[in-house]
Amino acid sequence: MALLLKNARAIDPACGLDDVCDILIRDGRIVEVGRGLALGKGVARDLAGKIVVPGLVDMHVHLREPGQEQKEDIASGSRAAARGGFTAVCCMPNTTPVIDSAAQVRFVAERAAAVAKCRVHVAGACTQGLKGDTLSEMGDMAAHGAVAFTDDGRGIQSSGMMRLVLDYASMFGKAVMVHCQDEGLVGAGQVNEGVASTRLGLLGWPAEGEELEIARDIALARLTGCPLHIQHITTLRGLDMVRAAKAEGLPVTCEVTPHHLFLTEDDITDDYNTALKVNPPLRTAADAAGLLEGVADGSIDCIASDHAPHAAWEKDCEFEVAAFGMTGLETALALVLTKLVGGGLIDYARMVELMAVNPRRVLRLDPVGIAAGSVADLTVIDPDAAWTVDRCGFASKAANSAFIGMELTGRAHDVYVGGYATMEEGVIVE
Amino acid sequence: MAFSHKHLIDISEYSADDIMLVLELAVKFKEVNERTIKKVPTLKGFTVINMFNEPSTRTRSSFELAEKRLSCDSLNFGGSSTSAVKGESLVDTIETLNSYKVDMVVVRDKHAGVPRLIAKHVDASVIDAGDGKHQHPTQALLDLYSIWERFGRLEGLHVGIVGDIGHSRVCGSLIPALKTMGCTVTVIAPPTLLPARPDVLGADFVSSAIEAVLPELDVVYMLRIQRERLEGAPYPSLREYNLLFGLTRERERLMRPDALVCHPGPINRGVELDSYMADHPQRSVILDQVYAGICTRMAILCLLLGGSDDGLTA
Repeated sequence: MALLLKNARAIDPACGLDDVCDILIRDGRIVEVGRGLALGKGVARDLAGKIVVPGLVDMHVHLREPGQEQKEDIASGSRAAARGGFTAVCCMPNTTPVIDSAAQVRFVAERAAAVAKCRVHVAGACTQGLKGDTLSEMGDMAAHGAVAFTDDGRGIQSSGMMRLVLDYASMFGKAVMVHCQDEGLVGAGQVNEGVASTRLGLLGWPAEGEELEIARDIALARLTGCPLHIQHITTLRGLDMVRAAKAEGLPVTCEVTPHHLFLTEDDITDDYNTALKVNPPLRTAADAAGLLEGVADGSIDCIASDHAPHAAWEKDCEFEVAAFGMTGLETALALVLTKLVGGGLIDYARMVELMAVNPRRVLRLDPVGIAAGSVADLTVIDPDAAWTVDRCGFASKAANSAFIGMELTGRAHDVYVGGYATMEEGVIVE
Repeated sequence: MAFSHKHLIDISEYSADDIMLVLELAVKFKEVNERTIKKVPTLKGFTVINMFNEPSTRTRSSFELAEKRLSCDSLNFGGSSTSAVKGESLVDTIETLNSYKVDMVVVRDKHAGVPRLIAKHVDASVIDAGDGKHQHPTQALLDLYSIWERFGRLEGLHVGIVGDIGHSRVCGSLIPALKTMGCTVTVIAPPTLLPARPDVLGADFVSSAIEAVLPELDVVYMLRIQRERLEGAPYPSLREYNLLFGLTRERERLMRPDALVCHPGPINRGVELDSYMADHPQRSVILDQVYAGICTRMAILCLLLGGSDDGLTA
């Protein structure tokens, strides 16, 4: 099976490519990149006006299977990924039961092989049951394909336990990804502590509850040498700590979500819109501005959606009762294109670093590029597509997005995984 | 008169004129409450649901009495009879209430924002009778009434609020309402009982030294201190709280001659107030506040539902 993608502008910062050219794909791999390529037998597609980039990876998603299929499952979540332009995702282990053993890792991998529309990489739990008190079998999970370890959804409260996790994980050459949340400071916090918590009469979730654990975990990365990845960073001071760690040469990386870049605590009005209830919470406008700067200057490595689908009834209730999290797979790329690339803050090459190159690096995946020999995982972007985020337009089972109604420019047009289309012209290929 | 509100949910949506309209109408209802027969047909034919999803005796009975004296039909809904006990979502419960075709929902809930959620799902008017740690606007109205009745004005008064500001829905409404009426507000509390940003509520000054502030105040508004377990409590003991923040007989000498003492009730005698101050014949308006609760609630029910003024003028 051969495929020829013609006349798209191909951008791959890893090999310095930014040119209109043709890409010839055979048996799942790119065999030639150049001008005026011809194809004997196979499918040729004219992609004039489109942009083709190495397949995007969302390194932080919740696919909810097993056990929480009312929110999402691997079939629906991976279709949401394809619709959003992603060729691969990394799913978090806070399912029911928790993905804390090789059997659970294999379950997800096997379900994905059967039903998914993107590559599904699995992050295993650091501690059994995400309880923060006993190491999980990270070695066995790594042997069965886990790409990283995390207790995402909660912070590991004991510094001693966290040290044990990093020390133990360091022998597998995988990153430990941390959700930084000090329970003593955060407790039942609902929104950023400060203006929002006071105005809304809700318990505050202080920035320091995140920053303390970032500081601690960086110190422990220094002590253990284990690669540390800070998940969904939200504060300016937290980012400054990451900057300092990088300057010191520590193996520390971080990611930011589109909602922490483009929304703030000020968006939570007297309306108590539960779509805006996320963990960690939306912070101040100054924090969001600082994060944008970090995206542009390279101190933030990755943009990840923290796609957190919930059933309608889990959000259509009292703010304090509502589940934390919002979906993101189907809006992340378009938000980045509209607000960051369209806004002139970053260029396409930087977007590719943030959403394809760096996530693969953090997850220790093989690089994917637009060059002969690379696996043909490609995302084709229509940079001019103007569209409105529609509650009824999601491939995800869930619609808990705070971006519904927003007008965006640019979105994924086609997605190829291993040379096969998972989405063509905006339609999932079944 | 131009009263255009459908709900009373966020007191900061009410202008000084709106609030004065409520207070002035409350004067008329006070006159009704002085009569032998304390009932007027003002809201005859209207249906009100009192949806109290967390325990409340005072606010609930005050609303019930106000409704009965206005001749409306009211129904109590909540407590152990709530469908939440059976696992029904609040939204479904609200939709059910809406199908009853009621005119007004008075709601108390332990979660902030519930009155707004209800207003989104019902055609009826909604009064927030206290939502979580957020707001309690009718408490603010009755407080304003009690202060206004004594001073004959609100503008220019300096009100000090002492106690658990951070977890107080009373403050969530009272501070913005006092600011709307032109008062100066100082909040007085240990830092452990302050919200993150008192200025966001409208507080002009923050202090943790009650004795330094008392001489400046026209009104000393004492909040109830929760008698919670001491482990992790925001103060070491009730005794020390009383020592540092209690309004005591000894501290009275620091007060202005005409300064008032308010408290939303119920009082913890010996904690925030000693009995001498709680029962002070000239200064304490605590029971006037309770009475004002009936009168101002009759006024706001009447304004929101737009009843006739039958029987109001004797």
